[in-house]
This record gives sequence, C-alpha cells and structure tokens, in this order.
Amino acid sequence: MSINWYKYSAPATFYGLAGRLVPWFGGAAASLTVIGLYLSFFVAPTDFQQGEAYRVIFIHVPAAWMSMFIYLVMAAWAAVGLAFNTRLSFMMARALAPTGAMFTFVALWTGAFWGKPMWGAWWVWDARLTSELILLFLYVGIMALWAAIDDPRRGDKAGALLALIGAINVPIIYFSVKWWNTLHQGSSIKPSGTSMDEVMLAGMVVMAIAAWFYTIAVVFVRVRRIILERERHTEWVKHVLEGA
Amino acid sequence: MMEWGSWSAFWAMGGYGLYVWGSFAMTALAIAVEVVQLRQAGRQTLQQLKRLNKWESE
Amino acid sequence: MLGFLLTVIRRDLLLAARRRGDWLTAQFFFVMVVSLFPLGIGPEPELLKRIAPGVVWVAATLASLLSLPRLFADDHRDGSLEQMLLSPEPAVLLALGKAVAHWLIYGIPLLIVAPVLGIQFALPAEAIGVLVLSLALGTPILSLLGAVGAALTLGLRGGGVLLTLLILPLYVPALIFGAGAVDAMLAGTGAEANLSLLGAFFVLSLIVAPWISAAALRVSME
Repeated sequence: MSINWYKYSAPATFYGLAGRLVPWFGGAAASLTVIGLYLSFFVAPTDFQQGEAYRVIFIHVPAAWMSMFIYLVMAAWAAVGLAFNTRLSFMMARALAPTGAMFTFVALWTGAFWGKPMWGAWWVWDARLTSELILLFLYVGIMALWAAIDDPRRGDKAGALLALIGAINVPIIYFSVKWWNTLHQGSSIKPSGTSMDEVMLAGMVVMAIAAWFYTIAVVFVRVRRIILERERHTEWVKHVLEGA
Repeated sequence: MMEWGSWSAFWAMGGYGLYVWGSFAMTALAIAVEVVQLRQAGRQTLQQLKRLNKWESE
Repeated sequence: MLGFLLTVIRRDLLLAARRRGDWLTAQFFFVMVVSLFPLGIGPEPELLKRIAPGVVWVAATLASLLSLPRLFADDHRDGSLEQMLLSPEPAVLLALGKAVAHWLIYGIPLLIVAPVLGIQFALPAEAIGVLVLSLALGTPILSLLGAVGAALTLGLRGGGVLLTLLILPLYVPALIFGAGAVDAMLAGTGAEANLSLLGAFFVLSLIVAPWISAAALRVSME
C-alpha cells in the first residue's frame, strides 16, 4: 500500500500526526541522552592528552553538527516551500530556526569552555568557532526578518530566500574563515577513519541522535502552534480550541 | 569501564570540573529554557486564539 | 534585454546626479569612519599600516550598507518599481541594473578615495595598488549582495538596521579575501591567491544575487 504523503502536507492532518509523534520523539531523545551521558562519563576512557576536559566533546560536537544540519534542513524546507508554494514547508522552516540558533549558541559556549583549558583563552579566533559565530548571525538575521514582516505570506517567502542565499554562503564562509586562520586541531573525524577511541565516537553519535530526536520533537511542537495561529479561522482549529 | 572512585572525584573531573560541568550545565539550561518557553508560548497562543475567535463570533 | 538593463542604470545615474547630496554623504561617511581609527588607536605608522586593510574594508562594507536602503525605496514609494516589475522584461535585469548602478555611484568613488586613505595609514605604494584592486573586485559584491538585502527589507520599519543584520554575515568572505589580499602582499607572500578567491566570490555573487533579489522584489511587492 502506498502512503499518500500529500495527505500529510495538509496542515490539518499534519497537526494530528505531529501531535501523536511528539511524545515518541521526546522520549527517544531523553533515553538516548541518558545512554549518551552514561557512555561519555562512565565508559569513555580518559584522554591521554586532554585528561577529562575532552568530555565536553560529547556536547560540543553534536551541537555544532546540529547547528549546521538544522540550517541546511531549514534551507531545504524553504526551497520546497518556494518550489511548491506549500505553506506547511514555510512553517517548518520558521519552526526550525530557534532550535538551530540554540544549538549554535550551545556549540559556541561549549567551544569556549573547551578552549579555555586547551588553548588558555575563553575565546579563540579559530576557524570553526568563528564560522559558528557567523552561523549564529545568520540565524539571528533570518529570525529578525521573520519578526519584522507582519504579513505571513511575504514573511515566509522573504525568509525562505534569505535562507537559500545563506545556505549557499555557509560553505563559502566556512572555507574563507578556515583559509583565514586554521588554529583549530585537525578534524578528529577524518574520512579515512577516526583517530578517536570507538567508545568516544559512539558516545558522540548517540548524543547527536538524541539531539536530532529532540529537535524533531521541539520543532513539531513549535510548528503545531504556528499552524493554529495561521489556520485560526478554519473549522477544525475552532474545534481544537474548544477542546483545549 | 571508567572508575571514578568517589563522587568528589567525579565532580572534580580531573581538575577540569568547571569546564566540563559548565558546558553540560549551560546545555541543560539552554534546552530547559527552550522547552519552558515553548510550553508558555503554546498556552499563550491558545488563550489568545480563543479570545480572538470569541470576539469575532459575537 | 540589454537596452532595458542600460536604461535602468542610466536612469539611476541621472537620479543620483540630481541628488548629489546622498552621494556625497556616503563618501564622507567612508572617509570619516576610516579617519576615526587613528584617533582611537594612535598615530604609530607601523601599527596603522597593519590595520589599514581591515579598517578600509570594514568602512567600505558599512558605507555600502548605509546607501543600500534607498536602492529600491524611492521607486517603491512613487510606484515606478511596480511598473518596472510589470514590464515584460525579466526582473533579474532590473535587480542587476540596480546593483550595477549602486556600484557605479557608491562603489567606484571608494576606489578613488582609498589611495588617499592608504597614504594616511602609511601603506606603501604597492599595497595601495593591491588595496584598490581588491576594492575594485570587492565593491561589486557589496552592491550585488546588498541589493538582495534591500529587496528583502523593502518598506519594512527599521529597514536600514535590519538590512545590515541580514547582509553583514554574507560580506564575511569578501572582507576576509579583500583585506587578506593586502595583508598577504605586505607579508610578502603575494596577493594573487586572495584576489583570485575574491574574484571567484564576485562571479558567484554576480550569478546568484540578481536572481534572488529579483525574486525578493516580487515577494515584497505582492
């Protein structure tokens, strides 16, 4: 039997589906976080160079991955919205931005807290931290644009265009910043295999998946609220409101 | 397996306690702030929409 | 097609010629911002020489951002923008024409003023040459990407600040390669690499930006 995906692109049906999925994703995120923390503190050995300070990697790297990944997913939803003019895609893009900005801030904070013991300074103008800072500016910019435009239709499309040109620039910014200053240790996850202990990698991957599930749960909650706001005049929303 | 020996050793984290727990605490705080804000915004939106619909229906 | 592009550019040049005031304020803003730095940092030529490329480039980005909100605002207000969008000519040409006009009006004068500021910052002659070359390659990027911001924030309250917030992160590669070119030249490693990367970023902006600002114009005008 083929699933009629278009059925779920209608806000009304998506609202119900997302509502049912949120607890599952939230539960998965919580349990994976517990497993990830257990791995990172009670299984992963002490690093011969950095001692215990390296354990910040179990939060810093997943957060950095998520900040970049969420921006690209946001840009993808923006592109889908512009191509098919589906309102729900724009709502998903809007719902993703705050969580992406949160992960970028966490990546910056944990990067600074990791940099202090390793490089002796709270803030170091190294390639990845600087690119992360600029990514935060991109998030702030797109959220400011959405906030500044009252008309939802224009706001959706303007934000989507900014997300697109932003997404084109993210690799260029990363490359130019890396060109400008490569202080950061070489990426410990090289394509040719990792120079890291398997358990360390496992811990990081588990935390990354937890962060991914968390993002889905939070974004679904946020997008459901946006759907209610946008579809206020429809019968089904009035029905939902009486129920609530 | 990683044996910490005692809770104090665990919190000390090999002398890097401030940095490790500072990072994890801020992450927990950021997530808590986002979840709480989300819940509040949800409740606020529901009340607002109910009020708006009621005014318009009268 | 080309005729429409040229008319848009000529029209904007005429408008700018009539209101020379706006044009002058942007130039003096650029000179003033650059001249403030020695007052804040001190007159040692050695230090000024090191910060000169960064200061000139940052001032160039700010000067272009200052002059961008008006790019579409006047036409938006008197309705001529709507007419131009309704014309059979593709909107991409309109966006491109506006960006080129902005570059001619606000970009090129920077190239003329930059050497004077370079001397003020004790830059050697070759470094000034590279600085002007990097600005020549860089200022079109500022205009092209800035036009996207101007189109997105058309008619919004607080448009100027919002425009800066949106577009400054996109200027980072141009700033890095532009200022980096002069630094590399001063450090003796030659500026070719930086300048070619700047050129590559310029070509990319030339291809992507007009298309997106045209779409942004249509979105803002609905």
